[in-house]
Amino acid sequence: MVDHVGKVVLPGEIVTGFKASEKTSKVILGPGLRQETETIRATKPGILRHKEPNIYWVDSHQKRYIPVKGDTVLGIVTAKAGDIFRVDVGSSDQASLPYVAFEAATKRNRPDVKVGDIVYCKFVEANKDMEGEVVCIDSSGKSGGLGVIGRDAGYLFQVPINLTRKVLSPDCELFGSLGKNMRYETAVGMNGRIWVKAKTVVETIAITNAICASEYMTNTEIKNMCKRLADSMAGF
Amino acid sequence: MAGGPDQKTVLSKNVLQMKFMQRSALRIEKELNEEENKDIDDEHWVLDLPATQKLENNYMFEPSLVRIESLQFGRMSFCGFNPEIEKLMKRHNTKVELDAAEVKEMELSVQEDEMANRYQSLFGTIAKKFSSKRDRGQIEEKFSNSEENPPKSKKHRKFIKPADDD
Repeated sequence: MVDHVGKVVLPGEIVTGFKASEKTSKVILGPGLRQETETIRATKPGILRHKEPNIYWVDSHQKRYIPVKGDTVLGIVTAKAGDIFRVDVGSSDQASLPYVAFEAATKRNRPDVKVGDIVYCKFVEANKDMEGEVVCIDSSGKSGGLGVIGRDAGYLFQVPINLTRKVLSPDCELFGSLGKNMRYETAVGMNGRIWVKAKTVVETIAITNAICASEYMTNTEIKNMCKRLADSMAGF
Repeated sequence: MAGGPDQKTVLSKNVLQMKFMQRSALRIEKELNEEENKDIDDEHWVLDLPATQKLENNYMFEPSLVRIESLQFGRMSFCGFNPEIEKLMKRHNTKVELDAAEVKEMELSVQEDEMANRYQSLFGTIAKKFSSKRDRGQIEEKFSNSEENPPKSKKHRKFIKPADDD
């Protein structure tokens, strides 16, 4: 038994040495691992990660987004078709967004969404054989931060998907340290799109650059960078 | 009569549609369905093979990295830029903190069997607290196993009738 955890795995490689949970004797496989009857193979190149007690997945550098149910993504409305909007989320196919899936929208009362709008939405249907479906409400019918964003201002840019995961992980202090001395708001989609809005264009550019630069930084490096950024913004 | 002895009397469609006939209508439909299914089953060819064993699957699949890595919600605002979003963030954070506190509490708190063990030894002490002074002697008797205190002969206090002379 070879312990692959923390090592690089390549697509097709057989992965062994899983620890099952003691209670249920099950192993949870995340993205990048596939079961073929008895053997488990990697389907993505990357580092095999393990989380206690029994979760395994492959952490890889990736730019192509594959929809997953429950992901929140940033999409761009490309068309209005009957009772749905078509939304480009950066995956192989466009997703559909029903017009009743907005807060306080009814059949009569259509939401104010135009072609070209950015929507922060959540996947409720993500299937490899079917068109994905996104909504802009939570289970209680509230918007909960979802919906059309940035119609008046803001900047949308694309980063590798692993970077969005990094900045959203609870250990990462990038947004917190940036937010100490800068007023801004942001929306991060799991499809690798980040939207930033600050008061001035200079600030927006600074934040964008900080996010892009943080891909290979540790937490202390990120903190230092944010400090230097704040100093230079203040004119020192 | 027009119908022969082996011909079933059939209720007309109009009668069956009436409200009070609904139950029989359903029953008749069910019977018809059963007959049809029987016919289909009889015609169905099945290979006479031993039943295939279902393998036990020890692997579960979780496609979402959001849940695996417990990622934060992606909508954020800082320094009061968008108060609505900050309220939302606060709510999210308190929820996360509460969950974390609960987990910590589970770790720190006394387990059930530990509690039971402890209380077993404490039982006498605590029982003493809640008993009246009069009963205290009895409880001590029960829980002291030492030889120095041999159990006293039980003397029930009884009402002594006052002697009524005269």
